[in-house]
Amino acid sequence: MADMPCQQVVELVTSYLDGSLGRRDRRRFEKHLRACEACDRYLHQMRETLDLLGTVPVDTLSPEAQSTLLDAFRDLRR
Amino acid sequence: MARDESELVAALRAGDEAAFSRVVNDWSRSMLTLARSFVSTQASAEEVVQETWLAVLRGLERFEGRSSLRTWVYRILVNTAKSRGVREQRTLPWSSIAGEDAGPSLDPALFRSRGEPYPGHWRAAPAAWPDEVAVEGSVLAGEVRRELGSVLEQLPERQRIVLTLRDVLGHSSDDVCEMLDISQANQRVLLHRARTAARAGLAAYLEGS
Repeated sequence: MADMPCQQVVELVTSYLDGSLGRRDRRRFEKHLRACEACDRYLHQMRETLDLLGTVPVDTLSPEAQSTLLDAFRDLRR
Repeated sequence: MARDESELVAALRAGDEAAFSRVVNDWSRSMLTLARSFVSTQASAEEVVQETWLAVLRGLERFEGRSSLRTWVYRILVNTAKSRGVREQRTLPWSSIAGEDAGPSLDPALFRSRGEPYPGHWRAAPAAWPDEVAVEGSVLAGEVRRELGSVLEQLPERQRIVLTLRDVLGHSSDDVCEMLDISQANQRVLLHRARTAARAGLAAYLEGS
């Protein structure tokens, strides 16, 4: 089984995390990680990045828009 | 239609204001993100989401539950956003991956080139990050969250939308493909480039450059 170069490993990280790598590529990927501290660290940092992304606030509707909608909802019942 | 969804529909039909406020609050972030891919401004996206909810209220009595409530709401949203997008003469090309989305996602200069020993291997390993990054509520985690927010703002638009829907709002890849009407392969390319850029942005910030 030929070694997978680091540059290819970093391009497969998303497929690996999504579970969409084929069995053969996944084995090569994991074999590389066991031997390569740099790529192992890269994957770990990617997981940390994803955890942090989950805490980034995203705009929702403004309070004015929400209260307009609630008024419309009430009007519908009249 | 799932059971909790039929309960939600029943509550909305019965005029349950708390249930309506909750669903507007829970769904509007994703709806705004999606709407933003069709129209040119955040204000315009807000109007699309408002219009969508009004259409949902008007159509609720006729909703038969053949699709899930969420699918039905998103279909109305996309139609509303598309007709407005046409008026604004704006279309994001979702099906073609080109330009900013082609080639390696990470700077090739980070790796040894052909002709050097160990081609394709790191020139230098990525620098370690302080442990505090992963500590919830730490000062550094707060700074890093703000930094990620601005990295997100600077991403090419399609990448930003996919990353926001997947990793910020937590939708599955199936959901995102359905919402944006794109293939799994295209979704993955955009997500991968966006994630790579997000991690690289954090790395640059943490290394103080």
